[in-house]
This record gives sequence, structure tokens and C-alpha cells, in this order.
Amino acid sequence: MREVLPFAGQRSARQVPGKEKRQIMDILSLSAVELGTAIREGAVTAVEAMEAVLGRIEESEEKLHCYITIEKEKALEKAGQVQKKIEAGELAGPLAGVPVAVKDNLCTAGRRTTCASRILENFVPTYTAEAVRNLEQAGAVIIGKTNMDEFAFGSTTETSAYGVTRNPHQPEHVPGGSSGGSAAAVAAGECFFALGSDTGGSVRQPASHCGVVGMKPTYGTVSRYGLVAYGSSLDQIGPLGRTVEDCAAILETIAASGGGALGSGPDGEAAAGTRKDSTYLNRKDIDFTSSLKKDVKGMRIGMPRDYFGQGLDGEVAKAVRMAAKLLAENGAVVEEFDLNLVEYAIPAYYTIAAAEASSNLERFDGIKYGYRASGAEELHQMYKKTRSEGFGPEVKRRIMLGSFVLSSGYYDAYYLKALRVKAMIKKAFDQAFAGYDCILGPVAPTTAPRLGESLSDPLKMYLGDIYTISANLAGLPAISVPCGADSRGLPIGLQLIGDCFQEKKILQAAYTYEQLRRAGQEKAVRTGEGR
Amino acid sequence: MATMKSAQMNKGFPKEYETVIGLEVHVELATNTKIFCGCSTAFGGKPNSHTCPVCTGMPGTLPVLNKKVLEHAVAVGLATNCTITRYCKFDRKNYFYPDNPQNYQISQLYLPICRDGYVEIESGEGKKRIGIHEIHMEEDAGKLIHDEWEDCTLVDYNRSGVPLIEIVSEPDMRSAEEVIAYLDKLRLIIQYLGASDCKLQEGSMRADVNLSVREAGAAQYGTRTEMKNLNSFHAIARAIEGEKNRQIDLLEAGQAVVQETRRWDDLKGTSYAMRSKEDARDYRYFPDPDLVPVSIDDGFLEEIRSRQPEFRTEKMARYKAEYDIPDYDIEIITGSKHMADIFEATVALGGQPKKVSNWLMGETLRLLKEKEMDPEDIRFSPEHLASLIALAESRAVNSTVAKEIFERMFEEDVDPEKYVEERGLKMVSDEDALRKAVEEVIAANPKSVQDYRGGKERALGFLVGQTMKAMKGKADPAGVNRMLKDLL
Amino acid sequence: MANIISDETMEYVGILAKLELSGEEREQARKDMGRMLDYIDKLNELDTAGVEPMSHVFPAQNVFREDVVTNGDESEGILSNAPAEKDNMFAVPNVMSR
Repeated sequence: MREVLPFAGQRSARQVPGKEKRQIMDILSLSAVELGTAIREGAVTAVEAMEAVLGRIEESEEKLHCYITIEKEKALEKAGQVQKKIEAGELAGPLAGVPVAVKDNLCTAGRRTTCASRILENFVPTYTAEAVRNLEQAGAVIIGKTNMDEFAFGSTTETSAYGVTRNPHQPEHVPGGSSGGSAAAVAAGECFFALGSDTGGSVRQPASHCGVVGMKPTYGTVSRYGLVAYGSSLDQIGPLGRTVEDCAAILETIAASGGGALGSGPDGEAAAGTRKDSTYLNRKDIDFTSSLKKDVKGMRIGMPRDYFGQGLDGEVAKAVRMAAKLLAENGAVVEEFDLNLVEYAIPAYYTIAAAEASSNLERFDGIKYGYRASGAEELHQMYKKTRSEGFGPEVKRRIMLGSFVLSSGYYDAYYLKALRVKAMIKKAFDQAFAGYDCILGPVAPTTAPRLGESLSDPLKMYLGDIYTISANLAGLPAISVPCGADSRGLPIGLQLIGDCFQEKKILQAAYTYEQLRRAGQEKAVRTGEGR
Repeated sequence: MATMKSAQMNKGFPKEYETVIGLEVHVELATNTKIFCGCSTAFGGKPNSHTCPVCTGMPGTLPVLNKKVLEHAVAVGLATNCTITRYCKFDRKNYFYPDNPQNYQISQLYLPICRDGYVEIESGEGKKRIGIHEIHMEEDAGKLIHDEWEDCTLVDYNRSGVPLIEIVSEPDMRSAEEVIAYLDKLRLIIQYLGASDCKLQEGSMRADVNLSVREAGAAQYGTRTEMKNLNSFHAIARAIEGEKNRQIDLLEAGQAVVQETRRWDDLKGTSYAMRSKEDARDYRYFPDPDLVPVSIDDGFLEEIRSRQPEFRTEKMARYKAEYDIPDYDIEIITGSKHMADIFEATVALGGQPKKVSNWLMGETLRLLKEKEMDPEDIRFSPEHLASLIALAESRAVNSTVAKEIFERMFEEDVDPEKYVEERGLKMVSDEDALRKAVEEVIAANPKSVQDYRGGKERALGFLVGQTMKAMKGKADPAGVNRMLKDLL
Repeated sequence: MANIISDETMEYVGILAKLELSGEEREQARKDMGRMLDYIDKLNELDTAGVEPMSHVFPAQNVFREDVVTNGDESEGILSNAPAEKDNMFAVPNVMSR
């Protein structure tokens, strides 16, 4: 197996920059948190960081196409303003001045937000997603909006109406999806970190395919306000970064309260006007960076046998098992177990997600915003023409399926059945977490497929979500961490799933693994051995 | 030849039919803000000026429930003897129409907030219970305006997201009279609760009529139709009559009633089916994943219960005991919560109940009728009514002036004291000034004086009039009369 | 394939979803829907009797907003993306025309 060093972030803490000004290439090798430190210490300015990223974009964007919209001038101007605030001591957070890429299904006031769909080609929101607003308040500077599968329906970023994104490791391969643009941008150094959304693995799977870290928090941890909904009960916004530390710091920032409070009963506290997402839990335990300890001693890690069965690529299986072995060698108690109902997760997921999506996407009708087909004189004709021309084939497929499973006579047989199976899957996880701190497995059955290979067989493509989907159904936090590469040089990801609200456990395990692996790689480089 | 046969059979023995009616009543709740966002529910304003990304269905926006909506809905449920659902949810009702910006309406199907209640009505045949199947919370739609010039439809979302409750009755009504009694009962309960102003004309209370007919004594209900667009009690009564006859005619002709939604055209006095190929009526209801369930505990119920007001029946009994006013007055005054509030507040400020009642029963009703207004629209304050009554009582103004002032009060709630002051309308009680005026009138009208002295009583009236004119109306006519007699 | 999607079903779902597919796209969608439903039918292998349908994973409940007006006139922004507008309103094809 050939080991490929990812583009960036694989540096030890000892190499954190000093006071001297750094070369552009050097800036790009920093993680987000490292860059934030360098900016606060005055070694680099926010403007220099943005210039470095824009320089990299200049070099590689034409080939990779990570972004749908890049606003260079706006980014530089904003970086200048943030730099002044940092110097004035008004911004002191870990992400102040750090350039960020935002998935194009997160609304940004005054910036085009397309969801990679023709139906929103000219949509400019007047409001900003709460997660993005939190980042802006923390001083992160938006570079642009990243490419994705249309409305996040897909796992290859090939269904975008604005062209495909290529995998930075192997340009003939997809970056994964649906947050493929965000993952590829992080991997290619076209940003320091990015936001994605994860409905069935859309952050973790592209992170795995692109060799970066991606995380989906517990459902309700990050406000969904401003995230264009796909499957409302499954959607969560999550970070993509070069390191586990980056993801912890980003999550800490985006999970912050928008000022709202959680009601406790009809007589309980109710927030006046400020609360925008009823499903946002306003957690108090979001000090995720506190969990970054290199220690897995005594941690109980379960590996579901069904996650290593038929359909899993041999090289992927090997890399994931080696990762488990490394954790075991360092004190974790790793064992295999039977997680029930794995094979039912996909049909339950697609039923629920399609049903919710069919309703969520009804608002795209050519009346209030976005594309409207011309030449339709009658109302319903206008609806049909607009939607048939505005949505791509995959979106239409899922809307049709979702409308069908909710329709009269089928609701009980399909939708309610799926919600019952969801309850059973949640119970299976509850049982598993009674015995384990984390569940360990692969993120995806294979490494990134070649461009064009997946769309011909949608069902097969859906099967690729088998390891990630359950976390969404059960609302669980999960993280994808690079754990190697296959013989073609395509990255492989390790997934750690935690119980609800137990982000800190998976972050600690992921951080420990990342540090152990890095130490191993450095040792290999020093001694000239392959690992 | 079923048609022939039934027609022949009917010839000599006309069948008796029973009309079965159930109502779906939508009531706009009296909240400051919409059900799921912080936009104002105020009427008027330029189109779309009370909208935000949430109530216009912008991508990525989410609903958060207005607590007041729940409080109102539970209060109405308690007042209509419903069981309150302790764990209720919101569902999405999916259908495409431009007045509905998300193309789904957030409503309640599976677990509505209230169920199994009733209200008692009184109709010609005495007391009767009308069952309430359920009450659910939902959002209102926007307004569509037809633009003749461009032959297009314009959409204003100011009403989109205004909170509604829908009260679904059991099919317990048998006549238009019962329907109107039921609606009036609901209106009173809800107005007394302060949960809505319930104005049929303005659409804050709307009723859809579900109607079927069956042969008298039949065990099964007939096929029903749903009638929409009923904007007044009058329209409801006419529509019920029209639809009943339409269905009976169909049955008599051996045809079947089709289950459908019909729209009432009150100008033409007919209804027509709202049919469309694109209208599948398959709403694909499912629990809205953007909202969390509502769980109601005993404490909350008790709080709402403790806030329930004195309802009309209790109020009528109390008025009878406390105030010496006619039963008819009590009936009218308590027929509007707003009017009853004005009555009680004015009495509390010192107005004699009978006098207060007279103003309400006389001038107030006259002006309401003249201006085609609802008692809920009364704008004058109890303070001003009390002060007007005081002015009239002390004879500081005469009754003509008092009526003039009242009209101004009715229009724009003027302060009677100020009004009288500013226009110098106060009666002159100054004896010297009056004497002087009377003397001048006597001096200037020797002919009339002579006539009076000659026994022509009518001449005195002329002299009183002249004196009042000289006093610019600010004198008490009785006093003028007395003084004239003295001096003559 | 166990699930055969009829022309009527395709048309009906098209009315519900306001989508009009034709030719190859329609055939492809019909095929995919049948395959997906076959696959979803796998759920019938599970006995779910007595299991409550779970729409929310967490027992979060009673999230409210106070009844306080927080929004002013935002109509300019609200209408800024409208494909057609007139007199501060969204313009759509005449809803009465058939």
C-alpha cells in the first residue's frame, strides 16, 4: 500500500510559525487553528492568508472546480476589515482572519446561493445561515461558495448544474459528495476549512474521499436556520478541516447559541424572537476543543461485523482494521460486535429523506425567487415547466419517490413503516452504546469512484451510503478521519460514531489516532521506511 | 328506469328530507405576531410589508411556534368543553397554490390540540348540543389579487402565517337557524376569551359548510359537499338553502350527489364546483420535522383555566342582579364582549347603569347600523362616555349638544370636556346673562309679547327659540322658559 | 421487478409533485422508482408491530417564541428575487384562467 501525504495539515505542533513573515506556500501548509494563531501573533495577516488562498485558487481551480461562486474582491476587503479588528483586539478567537469556504446550500446575505441548481441560479438571500453568521462573527472570512450535488442529493458532486468537481488526489475521480466542493477545496488548499451539510454522509464521505477530516455533530447541535433543507429530520451542518483540532474548533464556533433559549415547558423559558430553529438544542457542552487529548486508554471501541462484510473494498477494509489496531495498541479496548439492522438503514433513509425532500422542495415554484420557465400562461403549467426545467434528473427522481411514498394509500406502508424502522435502528444504537464509547468502521465501501461511474446506477450509488446513513437516522455524531490510501493513491477514511451528545469521545479518539498516525509517518520519513 | 320510477313514486307522496350540516370554522387569533415568525399581524399596510423570509417561504428558513397561539387555542378548547391533547404535533399539508408560499401549510392532522367538545345552542326547538370534533392550529394563507390590466394574479403575503384555529363540528346541525345559532355561540365564546374579534365580513371568522341530505329517518348520512366563500350570516343561510335544494333535486331526479368542494357566489345566489385536474386533493400530510411536539402539563392547563373570563350566560345573570336595566338591554349589551366591557367600565367610572345603557342602546346602535359597523369596532372610551353622561346630568350641556358630542366621540373618541370647552358649548347658568338676553328678546319682539299676553301660548315658543339663538344654544331651554314667564 | 409503476401513477405523482417528465427521462424515472420501491419493500421483512413511528430522535418539545413583533417592513428584500412583481406584490399567471 502506498502512503500519500495529504496536501496540508500533517505537521507537528513544533512547527507552528514564529514571528517572522512566512512565504506563501508556507502559509498554505498551516491548519486553520495554526493559521489563526499565526495571525493573532502577527506572523501573518488575514489579508496575506486570503491572498495565499486566492493564489492557490488561481492555480488549481480551473482544473478542480471546487467553487460555484468566488468573490475575490469582497474576500480581500473583508480580510482587511477583520485584520483591523484583530489588531484592535476586537477579534481574538481561534478562527479570526482564517479564510473559509461555504457549501452553496448555506444562505449568505448578499451572496448568490444556488444549491448547485438551475432553479436557484440567480437567488441572492437577504439573510445568513446561523452557522455562517457565527463564523463571520468569529472573524472567519468567506472566500466563496462551494460546489455540491444539486440540493445535496448525491454522493459524487456530479449532479451539480454548474459542472463537476474533481478529486485533488486523482482528477479523474470524484471528490465524493454532496459536500464535494468543500472537501476538495480543503484538500487542495483552496481554503483553510469549509462548511458542509450532512444528511446521509455528505460531510464524512467526501472528507474520506479527499483525505481530510469531516464531522457531523449530534442532530440539533448546529442551528439549521439558513441551511436549504433536504431531509429536515436528518440534516446537520458540519465542519471539514485538515485536522481533528480544526474540526473541534470550528464546531465549537458554529454550534454557539444565536441568542435563543430552549423552552422547558409551556411555562418555561421562551425566547423572544431570537430563536430561529425549533430543533436546535442550544447545548451547553460545546467546548469541544477540551477533548483534544492523546489518550484512548480504556476506551471501549466496537467494530460492527456488518460494516466489514460484503461490498467493502479490500484495501479500505485493511486500512480501517490497521487504524483499529493502532488504537488497540495504545490502550483502547477494541472488539467486534453485531450491530443489528444495518441493511435496513438505507431503505428507511431513502424513504424518509425523499419524503421530506419532496415537501421541502415544493417551495421552488418560480414565484418568489429563482428560475421561472417562460411561455407558460396557466399557473399549473408554469409550475410544471419551471420545476421540470429547473431541477436536474436526480432531484426529480427523489421528489417523485418522496411524493409517492407520502401519497394517499401509501403513507402507512412506506413512510410510517420507515419511521418505525428508524425507531428500531435508534434502539440498536442505544444498545451498542451501552457497551461501547465509540463505534469504528469505514466511511464508504470504496475509495472515490471515477467520474461518470456512479450516476448510471443510482441504487448502487445509494448503497455507498451504507456506513454513514445510520448516524443521521439515529441523530448521532460521527467523524471521518484519513487513515491511508489505496494503491491508486486515493484516500481512505476511518469513521468513528458516538452516542448522542458524545462528540468529545469521538473527537478524542480521532485526535489520538491522528497524532499516532502522524508520529508513525514522521518516523517512516526519518527512517526511510514504508509503514 | 330508476329515474322514472322514483319520479312517479314521488308524485303523490313527496319524500321528506333531512338536512345534515357540519361546519369548519376558521378563526384568526388575536396575536401581535404571526404563528411562526416575528412579523406583525396588523391589518392593512402596503402589500408584503408584514413579511419576512419565514412567512414568504424563503429557502432555509424555519418556523418557531408563537406561544400565544397555543394559549388561545387551549383557552377556546376549554371553553368549548374539549379534551386538550396533552401531546400534540404539527403536520404539513402539501398542495401547490400561490397564496401558500411553501406550497405546504403547517397544520395539525394526526394530533390536533383539542378534541371531543361541544357547545350548547338555543334554537326554535329549545336547547341543543352541537358536538365539536376537533380544533387545530394552523397558518393562514396570503391574499391573491386579480390584476385585470395585465391579466395576472398578484400575491400579497401579509396574511401568510397569521395564526388560525379551525373548529370542526360534528354533523349535528339540521337547519340554517341552528348553524347561525352555533356560529353566534362560537363567536361569543371566542370574543369573550379575547382570542379573536371574529368578524365574518373581514374574514377573521370564516365558515365552510359541509352539507348532505337524507330521507327522514334514514340511518346513513348522504354524500356531502363542502361549500366555501361564505362571508356573512346571510350568505350562509342562503347557501344552505340553495345547496339543500340542489341536492334534493338531484336525488329526486335519481342522480347521485358528488362529493366535492363548491364555491358560493352570493351575488348570483348559486354555487359551482371547484374542480380541476390539477387539484388531486391528496395532501400528503406528514409530521413537520421542523417543529417539535407540544406537551401540555397540568400547570399550564390550570393557568389557562384560571384566566377564563366570565362568559355571557354568567354575565347576563349578574347584570340582572346588579343593574336595574331591561332584559332586552342586557341581551344586546352582552351580545358583544366589547360593548359589555364598555358598559361595565363606564358604570365603574360613575355612570348610572340606566343612563349608560341608554347611550349604548340608543345612539350607539343607531350609529353602528348607520355606518354598517360591528360592535367590536366601537372606538370611544368608557372614560369619555362617563364624562359625557356627567356633563348631561349636570345640565352643563343640553341633549342636542350631548348628541352632537357623542357623534364626535363615536367617530374619533373626542374628550367631551375638551370638546365643550374648545367650542364654548357649555350652558350658561349665569342668571344675569340670561336675564339680559331675555330682556333684549322681549324688547325686540313686541308683537310676539303682545300675542302671548293675549293668550297665544305658541308665541312663547318663538320667544324661547329667539333666546336660545341669542345664547348660541348654550342655555337650558327649561330655564329660559321659566325666566320668560317671570318677566312677562 | 415487483413494483411496476403505471402510466396513471406517473401522471398522478407528476400532478402532486408538479413535474412533467417526458420521453426518456420519464421512462428512466419510472424504472428507478420501481427499483427503489422494490428495495424499500425490504423493510417489510421487519416486524414493526407495536413500534411507535419516530419522527424526532430526541424528546425535545415545547420550543416557543414570545408574541413580540421583531420584524419591520422587509418587503424590498423579500421581493428582490421575484421573477415578476407589480405594485409590491409577486406576479403569477392568472389563477382563474383554465
